[in-house]
Parts: sequence; structure tokens; C-alpha cells
Amino acid sequence: MGAQLRVYRQKIKSAQTTKKITRAMELISASRIQKAQQRVAASGPYSRAITRAVSAVATFSNIDHILTTEPEKIERAAIVIFSSDRGLAGAFNSNVLREAGELEARLKAQGKTVVHYLVGRKSVGYFAFRKRTPEQSWTGGTDAPEFETAKEIGDALVAKFIQPASEGGVDEIHIVFNRFVSMLVQVPEVIRLLPLEVVEGVEAPEDNTALPAYEFEPDPINVLNALLPVYIESRIFNAMLQSAAAKHAATQKAMKSASDNADKLITTYTRLANNARQSEITQQISEIVGGADALGSAK
Amino acid sequence: MAELKVSVVSADREVWSGKAKQIIARTVVGEIGILPGHEPILAILAQGEVRVTPVDGAVVTASADDGFLSVEHDTVTIVARNAELS
Repeated sequence: MGAQLRVYRQKIKSAQTTKKITRAMELISASRIQKAQQRVAASGPYSRAITRAVSAVATFSNIDHILTTEPEKIERAAIVIFSSDRGLAGAFNSNVLREAGELEARLKAQGKTVVHYLVGRKSVGYFAFRKRTPEQSWTGGTDAPEFETAKEIGDALVAKFIQPASEGGVDEIHIVFNRFVSMLVQVPEVIRLLPLEVVEGVEAPEDNTALPAYEFEPDPINVLNALLPVYIESRIFNAMLQSAAAKHAATQKAMKSASDNADKLITTYTRLANNARQSEITQQISEIVGGADALGSAK
Repeated sequence: MAELKVSVVSADREVWSGKAKQIIARTVVGEIGILPGHEPILAILAQGEVRVTPVDGAVVTASADDGFLSVEHDTVTIVARNAELS
């Protein structure tokens, strides 16, 4: 076998093996998207109920609470970045990191100090490579987020938020994550978590139903105190679930195009290999004919 | 008779939902019973059981900790980080 033919055969083999792997990964993430989407949907009632309750307290009581009032001067801002643990998901992680970078530049332009909280191994790797130290990071389990992790992150954030900025606390918290829009579209999104903007997600009351005057038990301040950390947690948990679903969708898309690409490579190399084989045969024939001719004319 | 629309939700799913006649829950200041027509309320639940008497069928008990109870227009939502039927 000619050297060139052998090289082409090797390339075909390698493309076929790659295709097997990418195809398998595509199928795996396709089956996981469903589950991830179901989990996003299943966490819906909880976050809706909490959002409703928070807006009820915010609307029906005129209390000043640290979590709802805007501080006069914001010195330190925290950015929570939700990335994934694994790559092979196209632009999934670079999108969210770029968005976070832009947000950081924007906040710094306003004269704020920025600290980072990272979720997912990929963002931790990104920071480590650039020798930047995050304030705190959580890795593992981004494919199937646990509520416990969301609670941990929420507790850490709320604790930092309550601390004054001079002691290392933060005055503002932003989250950056990939929102799952559809199987094909995932959009990086930035939300300011704290101080609270409770406008989002609250249904406007219907015209004929007057808003109820709420009774709070034991009292508005305590209810708010208990409610807000839970609200933050549920927002974080929702971001984690969205991010997980988006990750699976992004992986599926990336792996599908990788499989398609492998297919294309296989076709191209098969053609080239056929060519090489044919020219090898042609050459052999002309060598034999040439040799026979030479022998015949030598007589 | 008026009914209560009840849903019990935990962080990752809806645990129970349906129509009920009465709900008894334990808040941080004491036990509270809710019948149709109750005034809007938002209460913090203490650790303990929530007993729901559905319109038909047996009493449903759910354990809830770290939760809230909100009542509004005969719609009752019990929200807890960990809620389970027991």
C-alpha cells in the first residue's frame, strides 16, 4: 500500500472514532435536556409563590429594610458567574464570561470595586489562568444542581451583603448566567439580585380585584427578614437550573455540528483515498506495460 | 360552599395541590386555622405539620420547615424549602 493511501486511511479511522464519541455525547445531552427542562418547570411554582409574597410585603408595608433599600453610595459590587463544569459546549462558557467581563468594566467605570463569585469549574479555570482570585467559588454538580448548593451560595451572598463595605462586604450583587430560551438559543443574561428590584415576574393585578390588605404574622419586618434570603436562594437556584438546561442544549448543538463535521471529513478523505488508490493502480499498470514493452523491444 | 385553592410547593416541585375545606398550620406565633373567606395573610411557618382537609378524601398532612403560608382570595400557598407529604 502506498504511503499516501495509508495516511488517508488513518485519517478516516480517526474521524470515525471521533464521530462515535461526539454522537454519543450528543445523545446523552439530548436526553438530559428534557430532565433539566422539567426541573426548571418544576421549580416554577416555588419561585412564583415567593416572588408574589415578596412583592406583597414590599407593596403593603412601608418598612425600610436593608435588602430592599438602595444604599446611597455603592462601593463594592459582587458578580456571581454561573458557568459549567465541563466544556465541549460551544460558546456557552465564553459567552457568560464575556458578559461578566463587560459588566465588570461597566461597574468599574462607575467607580465600584468588583469581586467575583464563581460557580462551575470552567469559570474557576478561567480565573486561575489569568491569576485572578475569586472571592469564593463552588464547583461540581452544575449538570444537575442541588438546592443545597443554591442555599450555600445564597447564605454566603446575603451574609456579605449585610456586612458593611468597609469590612469586606458588598453593596450590590449581580448574577450572570445562560438563560435557556430554546434548544437552539441560549442567551447570557445579567440580573441585579440585590438591592432588590421586585418588579420582575409579578403579574399585574386584574382590574376588578383590589389588592388585598395583607396581615403579617408575626410582623412585616420579621416576615421580610425570613422571606428575602429564601427569595435570593430561589433566584439563584433558578439561575442554576436555567444554566444547566442551557448547558445541555449547547452541548447537544456543539456535538451535533462536530458529528456533522466528522461526516464531512470522512467523505472528503474517502474520496482522496480512492483517488490515491486509483492512481497507484494506474501507475502499477503503466509500470508493467512499460516493462513488458521494454522487454519486447529488446529482443 | 366556598373552597380553598391550595398548593403546597417545595423548592424543586409542587408537592400537593387541590381544593380544600380547611387548613391548619403552625406559624411562629401559634397555630392558625384557615377557612374559606379568610383575610389575606402572610405568615412564617414554624417547623411542624400542615394539615389540609380536602373537599373530598382524607386529611393530608405535610411536613414543612422554613416556610411561609400565604392566603389571598381563597388561594392558599404553602411554600417551604423542604416540604413532604407524610
